[in-house]
Amino acid sequence: MSTRIKPKHQRLALLLIALAALIGATLLAIYALRDQASYFYVPAEIAADPPAPGQAIRLGGMVENGSIAMQADGVTVEFVVHDGQARVPVTFNGIRPALFVEGSGVVADGRMDADGTFVADRLLAKHDENYTPRELEGMTTAQMREELQDTVE
Amino acid sequence: MHIYANPARFLRIAKWLTPLLLVSGLVVTGAALLWGFTQAPPDRLMGDTVRILFIHVPTAWLGMGGWTAIAIASFVELVWRHPLAAIAARAAAVPGAMFAAICLATGSIWGRPTWGTWWVWDGRLTSMLVLLFLYFGYIALSSSLAREGQSSRIAAIFGLVGAINVPIINRSVVWWNSLHQPPSITTGGSAIDPVFLWPLLAAVVGFSLLFGGVVLARMRIILADTQAEARLRRMAQKAEMNADVQAEGSVS
Repeated sequence: MSTRIKPKHQRLALLLIALAALIGATLLAIYALRDQASYFYVPAEIAADPPAPGQAIRLGGMVENGSIAMQADGVTVEFVVHDGQARVPVTFNGIRPALFVEGSGVVADGRMDADGTFVADRLLAKHDENYTPRELEGMTTAQMREELQDTVE
Repeated sequence: MHIYANPARFLRIAKWLTPLLLVSGLVVTGAALLWGFTQAPPDRLMGDTVRILFIHVPTAWLGMGGWTAIAIASFVELVWRHPLAAIAARAAAVPGAMFAAICLATGSIWGRPTWGTWWVWDGRLTSMLVLLFLYFGYIALSSSLAREGQSSRIAAIFGLVGAINVPIINRSVVWWNSLHQPPSITTGGSAIDPVFLWPLLAAVVGFSLLFGGVVLARMRIILADTQAEARLRRMAQKAEMNADVQAEGSVS
């Protein structure tokens, strides 16, 4: 009984094995990179493993509502970044991006000082995944639907 | 599947399908962009900057879609030795690279006013830049193999290995903290308001039609080039043979 494997099927099997090995290797690499490849630390990570004062790090999170306060010099701004678990006070002296508002995401380059305040050199606004027109701002989803119905009709 | 393997049959279909895709793509893309640029309202926070969405998102998807097409065609080429698959992979590379480049450029222009920076090395931006460089490498490799008249199997293996980057781009904003926002459109729904979503989807359809048209046009060019080269080679061989016969005749 001859059970010769067709060359086509042999190629298919070889290629599938090679692809499986490649995907496995990639998943291992990504698993090893999971801490290193992040662009910033969130406050909970800083609370769990505090970086040395003066070490350059990037902090990301949400600007706490009601926390933005301008200092007397008129350029230095103080606010609190939180992630729902921990809070980090931040001071920044420079030009703020237009999207920097309370309740929005922010990424700051800088370092922790000795008393636990984050001193930022650069501030980047992080846009969230929501895209909403101006007229619908502050409405609930049901109101938005209604408004849209009125506009369409 | 093998009924499409015949290049003559493919050329018959591509002859009318290419202009159809290109013209409908231009019309749909133009209409979608006009809709997005003039009819959609400004965004709550970003203002008019949001309109770049209508170019950035379709080109990002097609930049990744282009490499997915290269990977599928490469797989078919390696397993079934399909003559058109290698040509399809080569044809998809240049428009794919173009879309990836447009995606990076528009993203950078959007990032300056929105984030406050042209570029950051976060997971999404870096993996997308890697995709553009993979395209450059693939184009250089496949065209040099074709010029030397060698088998495109090495290019096909490169196309398959490079495909690993596509899911990484897609998941980069979920796996790692990044400055780039997480996906707005998922299987669970859309975080994009319908006034932006519909022109965006129309633009995706338009750009996809254009992509298909350009790939077919490039496949026809590659096939025509191959045919012309084969004909020239036959003519050269014939001329050589005639010269040999004449030379023998003059000696005797």
